[in-house]
Amino acid sequence: MLDHGSRSQGQAGRQTWVMTWHLRGRGLAIRSASNPISWEDRQLHSQTVCFLTQPTVTEETLQMASSFAKMMSSRTTGLLMASLGAGAVATGYLLSDSAAISAEQRRKLYPPSADFPDLRKHNNCMASALTPAIYAKLRDRITPNNWTLDQCIQTGVDNPGHPFIKTVGMVAGDEESYEVFAEIFDPVIKDRHNGYDPKTMKHPTDLDASKIHSGVFDDHYVLSSRVRTGRSIRGLSLPPACSRSERREVERVTVQALAGLKGDLSGRYYSLTEMSEAEQQRLIDEHFLFDKPVSPLLTASGMARDWPDARGIWHNNEKTFLIWINEEDHTRVISMEKGGNMKRVFERFCRGLKQVETLIQERGWEFMWNEHLGYVLTCPSNLGTGLRAGVHVRLPKLSKDPRFGKILDNLRLQKRGTGGVDTAAVGDTFDISNLDRLGKSEVELVQLVIDGVNYLVECEKRLEKGQDIKIPAPIQHFKK
Amino acid sequence: MPFGNTHNQLKMNYTAEQEYPDLSKHNNHMAKVLTLEMYANLRDKQTPSGFTVDDVIQTGVDNPGHPFIMTVGCVAGDEETYEVFKELLDPIIEDRHGGYKPTDKHKTDLNPDNLQGGDDLDPNYVLSSRVRTGRSIRGFCLPPHCSRGERRGIESLSVEALGALDGDLKGKYYALKDMTEEEQQQLIDDHFLFDKPVSPLLLASGMARDWPDGRGIWHNDNKTFLVWVNEEDHLRVISMQKGGNMKEVFNRFCTGLTKIEELFKEKGHEFMWNEHLGYVLTCPSNLGTGLRGGVHVKLPNVSKHEKFGEILKRLRLQKRGTGGVDTAAVGGVFDISNADRLGFSEVELVQMVVDGVKLLVEMEKRLEAGQSIDDLMPEQK
Repeated sequence: MLDHGSRSQGQAGRQTWVMTWHLRGRGLAIRSASNPISWEDRQLHSQTVCFLTQPTVTEETLQMASSFAKMMSSRTTGLLMASLGAGAVATGYLLSDSAAISAEQRRKLYPPSADFPDLRKHNNCMASALTPAIYAKLRDRITPNNWTLDQCIQTGVDNPGHPFIKTVGMVAGDEESYEVFAEIFDPVIKDRHNGYDPKTMKHPTDLDASKIHSGVFDDHYVLSSRVRTGRSIRGLSLPPACSRSERREVERVTVQALAGLKGDLSGRYYSLTEMSEAEQQRLIDEHFLFDKPVSPLLTASGMARDWPDARGIWHNNEKTFLIWINEEDHTRVISMEKGGNMKRVFERFCRGLKQVETLIQERGWEFMWNEHLGYVLTCPSNLGTGLRAGVHVRLPKLSKDPRFGKILDNLRLQKRGTGGVDTAAVGDTFDISNLDRLGKSEVELVQLVIDGVNYLVECEKRLEKGQDIKIPAPIQHFKK
Repeated sequence: MPFGNTHNQLKMNYTAEQEYPDLSKHNNHMAKVLTLEMYANLRDKQTPSGFTVDDVIQTGVDNPGHPFIMTVGCVAGDEETYEVFKELLDPIIEDRHGGYKPTDKHKTDLNPDNLQGGDDLDPNYVLSSRVRTGRSIRGFCLPPHCSRGERRGIESLSVEALGALDGDLKGKYYALKDMTEEEQQQLIDDHFLFDKPVSPLLLASGMARDWPDGRGIWHNDNKTFLVWVNEEDHLRVISMQKGGNMKEVFNRFCTGLTKIEELFKEKGHEFMWNEHLGYVLTCPSNLGTGLRGGVHVKLPNVSKHEKFGEILKRLRLQKRGTGGVDTAAVGGVFDISNADRLGFSEVELVQMVVDGVKLLVEMEKRLEAGQSIDDLMPEQK
């Protein structure tokens, strides 16, 4: 999750979380090329591919996958294809003449086994879940917008990950990606979201801020409060995949809607291409400006193409409600203010979101949403609520207590430095926010943050007085 | 594999105006040439392997360029790109390659016997000599567009061909992903190792996908003949050695290249080549010979001369720092190489380097002795 503050300061290293969701009852777009030697037939002919019939991802499958990948690198592709029993195809490959090979022919010359990525050194959710069998099944499918599996996973192939941090390793190109490639998105979503089962579970959406209680923190400790999420416009491809005109359409639709906001929400749009030097400097000083991503996790997905075309920032005159357009998602929505009034921040968040939704609906548009996935965003890690609610809070004593980490874990909270993800805390001030995104509603998550931060501040006060603190009982993941 | 969804034909539902990139702040060859009308003509076309005009120009759209340096701003995804998108690429080629016309023919000459001299550049000044080019294997997509299967196919074909070289060309292949720590350090110390590109010009084209899968370095035991596999092109071939014997370097270069080509032909493959564009490579700037022949040479005095730039221009040479393109010279040592790639043969280009460097060294000696070089000023080649 990338903190707004960190992005505007140009911090590198964004954790892309992957989650997928399985949509029921929608058709799959399967490439209609006829293949004279079916993949299934080839399987029957060769020992080398027998493991592709494994229905589940097991330890054994993973080991075979890795030895398979090793084999790929040490044998000629032609030999391998011959062993697949695809004699005619292998011959065609080896003696390909100078005539141009069509995309269809290319698919036949290079079976999925030839294209399976080498994931031996990889540590991300995609690499843990992707087997040659799944890849073979999905490689030749396309979504209605022509998006493919290879495009979904490119970022995870290009970025092996970190031994300690498990990134997600894949993105969606459109709403349909989550369904068309469900066989890979589903296990990734479970891995990333505490076992949340896309096939059987429903995600609750609740943007009724009146349900929040105890939402005002002690200003002596809590310096600022913030809630962010993302929204995608249904019918338009997501940032990794969109064409320039689709991206411009997202901008147009959103800016038009935002122009209809009134009262404390009325504000102005600043397009990245047209911004003046003075405007740019002011937005940087206020920590609002986002810049072209530098993280290879993001650039490898294709979301930074054509920068800065159709990108921009909108904010209200009071500078408490801010929208990013066409950065990693169609829109990112941020409500924030100094001090500890999280309730007011969330109230404005919900009000603003609902008004924007009404305004786009008046013109026949809607957000991508469904009852299993919640709000659909580019990175599966942001599905569900896409919500990160957090505070900048001073915890000089608690942060030095050895129990600090465990307390946060049990409260389902995470800490970051005040520069955002991958930064260290400065002084004793931490960014504390919710860990989870999917399976709990917005109200539940914000309440969880409020309760958690109140607990942390209580601990800090107790430690100040020399009193002892307790590790709280762990919070349940999902309602059973 | 297309990068981003640029091959998406559903965008034909939008008009050309809606899709046309904003090139108002751009300064590259592509931006100079691509009008809305041209874009409208080309946007519904694709090569047989599915490469579209948006794929061609993506790197140029993403990288507006530099106020002083004119980058190319487009790449080819396959051999057919240069044909299908002629309307866009021909004017770019003409602008970049000194007025080379769509009807011009390019001569290929890899006969090292045709090079005059070149074995006597003064090693007190010329520290090292080097010739490089690129080759693409016909029938495969180029690095911006190839799938993993194709890239691996290119690698295994190349490794097999190189494995059959013998004599002073005999050598070994080091796959980037299988390299040991020691091998890696050795290759770094030898200045052979190439790494994943960081330049946004290259990254935006999609050529760094799946790194380091299918990439590697081959070099002969003598460390004078080196081949890069699947970096910016299918193959980059480099011949080099210390000192000023450019003739020997070029000899080995031609012999090696010719042998490699024969070995590929034995396996039923050939290099991408035609009589108009010469050798076909990923970047239009490397068409023709794809050849950069150069030396590292000490020119502390000449380089400070007010006419240095003009001399180089007339000799059809360019200067770089010894770190390569975009680096500054250190200690008066420059990398001097041919500026042209297309419209001259390999022999002609290396001849220009040999003759030009000889002249520059003579000028350097004159200036060292406090004498004038006015009578040595060359004519425009």
